[in-house]
Amino acid sequence: MRANVNKWKYIKNNWQLYIIFLLPAVVLTFIFKYIPMGGILIAFKDYNAFQGILGSEWVGLEYFKRFMSSPDFMTYLLNTLKLSLFGLAWGFPVPIILALILNRIRNAGIKKNIQLMIYLPNFISVIVLCGMVKIFLSPVGPLNHIMGTAADFMSIPSAYRSIYIASGIWQGAGWGSILFTAALSNSSQELTEAAIVDGANILQQIIHVDIPSIKNIIVIQFILQAGNIMSIGFEKAYALQTDMNIPASEILATYVYKIGLLNGDYGFSTAVGLFNSLINVMLLLMVNKIVSKLNDGQGI
Amino acid sequence: MKQKIMISPLTNKLFYIIGFSFLGFFTLAILVPIVYVLIASFMDPTVLQNQGISLDLSSWTITAYIRVFENRMIWVGFRNSLFYSVSYTFISVGVTILAAYPMSKKDLVGKKLINVFFVITMFFGGGLVPTYLLISNLNMLDTIWAIVLPNAFNVWNLILARTYYQSIPDELREASAVDGASEFTHFFKILLPVCKPIIAVLALYQFVGMWNSYFDPMIYLNNADMQPLQLVLRSILIQNTPEPGMIADIASMAEMSKLAELLKYSTIVVSSIPLLIMYPFFHKYFEKGVMVGSVKG
Repeated sequence: MRANVNKWKYIKNNWQLYIIFLLPAVVLTFIFKYIPMGGILIAFKDYNAFQGILGSEWVGLEYFKRFMSSPDFMTYLLNTLKLSLFGLAWGFPVPIILALILNRIRNAGIKKNIQLMIYLPNFISVIVLCGMVKIFLSPVGPLNHIMGTAADFMSIPSAYRSIYIASGIWQGAGWGSILFTAALSNSSQELTEAAIVDGANILQQIIHVDIPSIKNIIVIQFILQAGNIMSIGFEKAYALQTDMNIPASEILATYVYKIGLLNGDYGFSTAVGLFNSLINVMLLLMVNKIVSKLNDGQGI
Repeated sequence: MKQKIMISPLTNKLFYIIGFSFLGFFTLAILVPIVYVLIASFMDPTVLQNQGISLDLSSWTITAYIRVFENRMIWVGFRNSLFYSVSYTFISVGVTILAAYPMSKKDLVGKKLINVFFVITMFFGGGLVPTYLLISNLNMLDTIWAIVLPNAFNVWNLILARTYYQSIPDELREASAVDGASEFTHFFKILLPVCKPIIAVLALYQFVGMWNSYFDPMIYLNNADMQPLQLVLRSILIQNTPEPGMIADIASMAEMSKLAELLKYSTIVVSSIPLLIMYPFFHKYFEKGVMVGSVKG
């Protein structure tokens, strides 16, 4: 009882904290995040604009059954998983490798300039990045020019994933190395010096000193990225899509957009989207569990 | 534990050769396409198509730039993007730095509950259609509100700001409380002035984020005059349809397609230049943001 009285007293004395500081954020979150969560109901309803979400007829799990029994289901699910898993497998080590090498540059000026250059692509917009990819790979573009061919890479389904992943590394790997570079330059110089005195060569220094010093950050980054496997970016996947590469480029996010907003099949689209985010939450929990087991009980 | 390790200069040399060539290759791979686009944008369309870029200045021209600058939609896009990005930055940073203040206090009653309320939205959301229907029911379609309000408050940024506040000694608040300052006065008069770095970081994040985004404007804005730059670029670069005025006067189809190809290069340059000029100045703020964020929330 007493504790409750004190709490109310605190709130009364500090009303500004709640009304001025917190309220705008709470209101925005409630309206734009929580109300749409309630809107997920239309995944189980035959949505009708006139009757509204609550008034529409229930259809139960019909959309889920329809989706999972459709021949496209596996294709889109696998496309999504492959795009992000291969992206993670290829893309995750590159920033770490970059940081380990950058850490060995003794001339601070050179190091800084290289960093300035490799961070740059991070600020290029998705549209400009994909525009550049498209002109470089176009049948009349420079790549075909060099090879003396006239292939239309953007129309080849089997090339889509490589294009997506390579351009992702081009844009993000440098920027992704910042955290590792910072952690390395903060790590104990004494350990490295001790290793040198012991006669360790650079490779041994990296394995026994550098990598252990950034191990925690590697784990955290890995969990964060693995948790995002199913929420792989719509923007780039869609911008690199052409009518011809759909067999490889249609992922759940682009499919949700097309059936939902372009075809107006609201209920079905919401069901597919819900399926996607449920898998995402499950993956996040799973990865966190696995990593915490491997990492002496330390997850996130 | 003590291992006998021989000093092996050969391994070191090998590391330097392989490592530095990798780094050099990576850096070149980033620079070459950018420089290529820059040079190609000045080429004569026919030369570009037949032999690629050349450093022979006689085959250089600025016609592509004249056409880009004469195009009304590019300017409309620039104006809209600037307007949206500035508004979004103000709203977003304002809401975030306010909300982060109470959340940085150790003794805030109800802090756990509010925290859960916010954090859930990082992992789970309503998805595309429910959000779209909400915006549509709020009559926000084809208004600036549809793109600046829904994502204005971002939990990740809240964590950044909160972490920063927590690095400031509590004595500051204790001192101002003795002077009788309310939370409101303390925040605006005393705390904000020492928080300029984090405000700069958040503002840049939000500005660049909005400047570069295309998904929300694509689904919420149908009116051509409201389109931000990225959507104008999208029709030129991705959908391969130059703005009508750009090439309408060219008679032959072949000439038209060459010019359309050239215009892509110059459009890329024009649209990226403001960011590239600012880049050397702001990149250190972004780096700072990454560091603050790495302190576990």
